[in-house]
Amino acid sequence: MAEREQSRRSKEAEQDTEEEALPVERESDEKLDELLDEIDQVLEENAEEFVRNYIQKGGE
Amino acid sequence: MAIHKVLGTETEYGISIRGARDFNPALASTQLVNSYPGRRVRVQWSYEEESPGRDARGFGHEGYGVADPEGALVNAVLSNGARLYVDHAHPEFSGPECFDPVEATLYDKVGELVMHRAATAAAELLPPGQRMSIYKNNSDGKGNSYGAHENYLLSRETPFGEVIRYATTFLVTRQIFTGAGKVGSENGRPEVPFQLTQRADFFEEEVGLETTLKRPIINTRDEPHGDPSKYRRLHVIIGDANLSEPQILLKMGTMALLLSALEDSALPDPLDLANPVDSCWQVSHDLEMHRPLPLDDGGSATALELQWRYHEWLGKYVEAETDDEQAHALIAAWGQVLADLEEDPMRCADRLDWAAKKRLLEGYVERDGLGWDNPKLRALDLQYHDVDPERSLHRRLVERGAMQGMFGDAELAKAEVEPPERTRAYFRGRCVSRFPGSLVAANWDSLVFDTGETHLKRIPMMEPLKGDRSRVGAILDSADDAAGLIALLGGQ
Repeated sequence: MAEREQSRRSKEAEQDTEEEALPVERESDEKLDELLDEIDQVLEENAEEFVRNYIQKGGE
Repeated sequence: MAIHKVLGTETEYGISIRGARDFNPALASTQLVNSYPGRRVRVQWSYEEESPGRDARGFGHEGYGVADPEGALVNAVLSNGARLYVDHAHPEFSGPECFDPVEATLYDKVGELVMHRAATAAAELLPPGQRMSIYKNNSDGKGNSYGAHENYLLSRETPFGEVIRYATTFLVTRQIFTGAGKVGSENGRPEVPFQLTQRADFFEEEVGLETTLKRPIINTRDEPHGDPSKYRRLHVIIGDANLSEPQILLKMGTMALLLSALEDSALPDPLDLANPVDSCWQVSHDLEMHRPLPLDDGGSATALELQWRYHEWLGKYVEAETDDEQAHALIAAWGQVLADLEEDPMRCADRLDWAAKKRLLEGYVERDGLGWDNPKLRALDLQYHDVDPERSLHRRLVERGAMQGMFGDAELAKAEVEPPERTRAYFRGRCVSRFPGSLVAANWDSLVFDTGETHLKRIPMMEPLKGDRSRVGAILDSADDAAGLIALLGGQ
């Protein structure tokens, strides 16, 4: 198994090298920031109480 | 030749009333089921082979607060062939029998829609300031877990020992792409800030009948819901409830394929884990996917390496045995996920719930300087699973194009009302639409009608692939009432 894994891994590594250009990563970070800002608007208020009160018993 | 893999899911949802100091979850779940505004019939869910007695009728129509042998307080059969009911303290949606994994994915998602519509209607009964919230997850983060079960039709001839051997390693290692992600650990497992699955911490046995205590990786419940001389049903209890549509498809599709290949004797010797129970949580806790799992033969392999082996076997099987486009697409999508996980697991944040959730959590940790024990992260974890589209974080990710989806709202709305057309769910669902006043009891493999005569009429449906549209569509369309339907069926 190890041998086969190795050969496939190196093949993919070659293919992927070019795709990881930095600007793409930065754009993704900006998008994440925007997303977090948006989520801030809908996130339950008082997280501590929300989490504490969420208790589920029974089932299956 | 493997029998066709009819499949489906049954999901228990978490329920909570926001703004209430305490609440009774069984009562709230009952209110939810009874409030569902869609097309449905409240029935007795019959567990007996023989038709129920006359007194079943009143019970069938009233249903409230009466316990059945499995503890379900109230049952409804929907016009899409699904069952909506109360399982102990949770509302549960058991999807209809589906013909293929894409259809099973669609109806799994329909469950979220049904829950949301039911919860919205039930909320009208609550005092001002309270809100019913429903979560498609599997843990409350306090040691309580509830299930998301998968069902696959097997031939009775398939030796169950073989199923156990091939499926155990598969189910333990598939967690790398089936997990919904969870902040923290439970049930006495080592502490971690985050793990791949909701459920892994709760599995304590390799094989067994239980589903609530000492949960086994392979559940042996032998309840075929069909002709027991021909069929088994594999009841998989180890999966997470998923929000991601491509992930549900991958989870169900790969399992169905493995079982088909097993029935066709198309697999080489199984790869046995030396300690499946230990490996189960080890895989879930290993975010880097480097942890070697000990094998029975003395060697070791990572979950990813073992999944690549299954991928290779099933890829060959699909290549040799089928032209089915779905199967070929599945092999490609599975290979892509494994390659992405190997390269950088976060590449899967557009397809896998756990990776998407981890991305959000890490974003908050970094932006707000939060510790992993901050309640805000647990709140975010929970809210990822909210079925309310206004609150669901998963839904937000899909709408922003950050996660892949498969179905549009119109397709989901249609499947909320219409049953699958290629299984017996078609007959069940259409009977709900056409003859709701006469249907008094139901089960996966039968329907019971009151046609006004002395005895109730029971229609057995022991074949999961019969009762489909091609066989009974015309009869259902032409019958004027349940008595007419039964007469027409008798004439077949």
